[in-house]
Formats: sequence, C-alpha cells, structure tokens
Amino acid sequence: MSTTALPAPVPAPPRVETPFRRFVAEFCESKIALGGLIVFTLIALAAIFAPWISPQDPYDLGVLDIMDGRLEPGSVGATGITHWLGTDDQGRDMLSGIIYGLRISLIVGAGSAIIACLVGASLGLLAAYAGGRTDAAIMRLVDLQLSFPAILAALMILAFLGKGVMNVVIALVIVEWAYYARTVRGTALVERRREYIEAAQCLALPTYRILFRHLLPNCLPPLIVVGTMQVARAIALEATLSFLGLGVPITEPSLGLLIANGYEYMLSGKYWISFYPGIALLITIVSINLVGDQLRDVLNPRLKK
Amino acid sequence: MSLYLLRRLIQAIGVMAVMSLIVFLGVFAIGDPVEMLISPDADQIERERAVIALGLDKPLWMQYLLFLSNALSGDLGRSFVFNEPALQLIMGRMPATLELALGATFMAIIIGLPLGLYAGLRPNGATSKAIMAVSILGFSLPTFWVGLMLIMVFAVQLGWLPSSGRGETAMLFGVPWSFLTWDGLTHLIMPATNLALFKISLVIRLTRAGVRETMLMDYVKFARAKGLSPSRVTFVHVFKNILIPVVTVVGLELGSTIAFSVVTESVFAWPGMGKLIIDSINVLDRPVIVAYLMTIVLMFITINLIVDLTYSFLDPRVRLEAKG
Repeated sequence: MSTTALPAPVPAPPRVETPFRRFVAEFCESKIALGGLIVFTLIALAAIFAPWISPQDPYDLGVLDIMDGRLEPGSVGATGITHWLGTDDQGRDMLSGIIYGLRISLIVGAGSAIIACLVGASLGLLAAYAGGRTDAAIMRLVDLQLSFPAILAALMILAFLGKGVMNVVIALVIVEWAYYARTVRGTALVERRREYIEAAQCLALPTYRILFRHLLPNCLPPLIVVGTMQVARAIALEATLSFLGLGVPITEPSLGLLIANGYEYMLSGKYWISFYPGIALLITIVSINLVGDQLRDVLNPRLKK
Repeated sequence: MSLYLLRRLIQAIGVMAVMSLIVFLGVFAIGDPVEMLISPDADQIERERAVIALGLDKPLWMQYLLFLSNALSGDLGRSFVFNEPALQLIMGRMPATLELALGATFMAIIIGLPLGLYAGLRPNGATSKAIMAVSILGFSLPTFWVGLMLIMVFAVQLGWLPSSGRGETAMLFGVPWSFLTWDGLTHLIMPATNLALFKISLVIRLTRAGVRETMLMDYVKFARAKGLSPSRVTFVHVFKNILIPVVTVVGLELGSTIAFSVVTESVFAWPGMGKLIIDSINVLDRPVIVAYLMTIVLMFITINLIVDLTYSFLDPRVRLEAKG
C-alpha cells in the first residue's frame, strides 16, 4: 500500500464551548467572587501546609516560653521570633495558632458538610423517588429539624454527647442534613418525571443505580450551591459552639476556641488574642459566601440569559 | 377555621411528644441515668434509694411515662447546683432572656425598616449599595466575635457602656426589667444590638425586596398617576403592604432570637436562660439541662403555632388549602 499523501493541515479547531468552560467563564464574570475564591484557596492552602509555613509549632510546648506571654503584635520574643500578631497567655505565637486553628475549623466545617450532604442527598433522593409514605415520613423529619434553630439543636446534641471533634461533627451533620434533603428532593421531584428516568426504568436498572447514576447528577447544581453555603455555616456554628465551651476540646483549638481564650484578656485591653482569630474566621466565612453567591447566580437556570 | 386550629393543635402536641421522647432518650439511654440524675456526691445507700425513688429499676417505657407525668405536673427535677426546682430556676431567668430578645427585635425593626425602605426606593444609589454591603457583613459576622469587639470598643476603650450584667432593674407585673431604669438601659443596649445584628440585615433585605416588588404594582402606578405626593405613595401605599411579610418574618424569627441569645448572654454575662444552660452544661447540672430543653421546645412549638395561625388569619389562601 502506497503511502498516502498527508492530509491538508486543518486549521486549529475553534475552542469548543463545553458546559464546564461556560460555567468557568460565567463564574469569573464577577471579580468579587473570583477574589473570594482566590482568598479561600489561599486560606485552604495555608491550613493544609500549616506545619511548613507557620513560624512556630503551637502544640510543641518545648518552643513556647512563658516569658513571651501576651506580647503585643510585632514584638520580638525571647526565642527570636517576631510575633506579627502577638502572643497568647501561654506565649504561643498567634499567627501560628490561627493557621493551625484554621485547619481544625476547615476540617470540621468541610467534613460535616460532606457527611451531611451524603446523608441528606440520599434521603432527599429516596423521598422524591419513592414518594408516598416514605416521602411523607422523611419530609416530616426535615420539617421538624428545620423548625428548630441550628444553634439550639446543636446545643441539645452536644449537651448529651459532650465535647470532642467527632461529637461536633456529628452534631453539625444532624443539624445540616435537612437542608440538603429538602434541596435535593425539590429538584428530584421535577427530574424524576423526565423521559430519561422512564427509559432507565424500562431497562429495569436497579433502583440504587437510577437514584445515584441518573437522578443525582441532574440534581447536582442546587446541591453544590447549598453545600458551599453550608460549609460557611458549619464553620461559623463550630466556632460559636467552641466559644461557648461545648465544641472542640482544648487540645485541638479551632478559631472559636482561640477567640474564647482571649475573652478574659479583652477587658484589660489585650485585644489581639481575640481580634485576629476573629478576623481570620470572618475572612474565611465571607470568602466562602461570596463564592456561594456567585455559584447560585451561575447555576440557577431561571437566571439564564 | 376551627378545624384547622384543631389540626394544628394536635400536630403541635405530637411534635411535643416526639421531642420529649428525644430528650428522654438523650438523657436516659445514651448515658448512665444514675450518673445523670443523682448528685455525684451521693453515697451508695443514697444512690439506691434514689434509683428506686426515680423509678430507674422499672422498664424503659414505664420510666418514660413516669417522666412524662412528672413533666406534665411541672416537676423536672431539682438543680444540683442551686438546690432549687429546675423549672422554677428557668422561669426566674426567662424575663431577662425575653427582654433581650424583644429588645433585639425592636432594634431590628427601627433600624432595618428605614434602611431597607431607602435601599428599595433608590436601588442604584451609592448609599443603598453601601447598606446592602453592610447587610451581607451582618449575615457573615460571627455574633460572639462582634459582641467581643463591641465590648472592646464601647466598654474598654471608650468606657461608655458597661460590659456585663443587667444593671439596675425595676419591677413591673412582679418581674424585674432592665429597660425601665437608665442604668439597666445602658446595660441592655450593647447585648441587644449584638443580638439584633443578624435580624437587622434580614429586615433590610426583606424590606428592600418588598419595596422593589411593590413599586411595580398597578395600584402604586395608579396612585402616582392620580397625582398623590411621593411620600403618601411611599408610606401609605407601599409601606403598608410590605409591613405584613416583614412583621411575620420578624415574629417567626423571635424563636431563633431567643435561641441565639445563648451566645449573646454568654458574651455579656446577661443573667438569662441561655447563660444558665451553658453554665449548667459545663457543670453537668442535668435536671436544669432537661428542664431548659423541654421549656424551649414548648416555647418553640407555641411560637410556630401562633405564627401559623397568624398566617392563616392574614392570608386566606392558607385556610383554603387546609380545607381542600
């Protein structure tokens, strides 16, 4: 077989507009949201790489010097480190404490949001797909859950379970699952009447496959929006609970616990022990909310031009 | 209407029963009820006597019925710490919490409504955008941290306001209130503002959305075409119509304000129910915890019931739905 002539060089294919690319482009339209995303990414990276970037290991009692206690921001401690954000009563560098605290806050926040999403989305899908009594029972539970404010429900659960990172996660999951369930059910009720579900049913696919491979992917957009917002809520709630002394134990200080720690020094004018962890908490929550806000605008089909 | 009322009432009782079961199981099934209900200082003989007195040797369902009948007669145990009936202790603290919550609601309305109205009437103005930006902050700021910052600025740095407690109180209807004395009022203003922060943002957003929607209505266009002055259109035709949803939501939020006062009370050492429950959890004063939970659940169910009934009263469509 003779070698065929090389085909004429085709011009570079025009950039195909995939749904994902369109989504990215629309998301980037809002500079504030993009800024929020960048800030949140930086915070998440700082939390992940905490042992490498923080000036001091706040858990290592060997490097702490009690003489460095309650130093003002910017002063140089006995160990030669400049404490840009000051030190707490134990002589712990606040900046390091905040970076490590972010770690715990983010793990608790994101972890509880993911578990709550799994539980809530599964129950929501089941409610929408099964209908009838199953639906009524699940939604009754959701209504009951949502009629009590999150803080109260979490307080109740932690009063029974006691302190601990795992217990806080459990409490947050119990408090949050209902939001996911309600969101997914709402979308799934519309989606399950579509032809593709009928087609899947005609193929006699098992129910779990229809639920998770066919129905769930089409309910994702609102779920992502609710999920983002709930991460911010979970972080705020965890901080509040830890501040009240019901959340994480003293050995694993999250931002809320750091703020609580500075409470008693506040009245003597040593503001920085509470002030800076609060700022870190605020920036985290605001950046997540900004991203969530834009996601809602982009993913909402009713707002499509 | 009476059928609807009856149905909602039965529902409320059902929820109350479920919640009492949850609280009961929480206390009796998860931990050791002997540990939870008997003072840790008690010796062996006292313990055994208490186990029999509390009926802890009986099967679980009988214990639940006993718990229920005691609860219905207002007996939820005695506090270990104060050695007082738990329910009485909570009732004594309730006025302080209610005062704080109502103060916060009042502030939310007098600050939120005018700002929301302004932002709704001039949606593109710079001031309106600033108001909306601040309201986003109001949603994101952690309440307890804002409270600390308020203390730092107004109590520590400026020294204008006291940082904790209720101050001087005056009696009205046999209950002490802070807002009746000047000293009490200065104590109330900071916690109430702190608690109101979230609600102010909410009222601003609701009012703004309501105003923008109402301005497009035919009756507003007609009122303008009739040549009425802008202020009359705004305050009579627009304002009256946005008031119903705003007031309903604020009323609905009263419950969560009471719940959130737990945080504010802890920050400002306000001697209400919320501070009591946090202190009780920290020293494991379980009868008080149970009594608080049952009280607050009952309060919530009552508030939800009243809001639902008000809804059906204000909006006839709800009633029709219930009939159909």
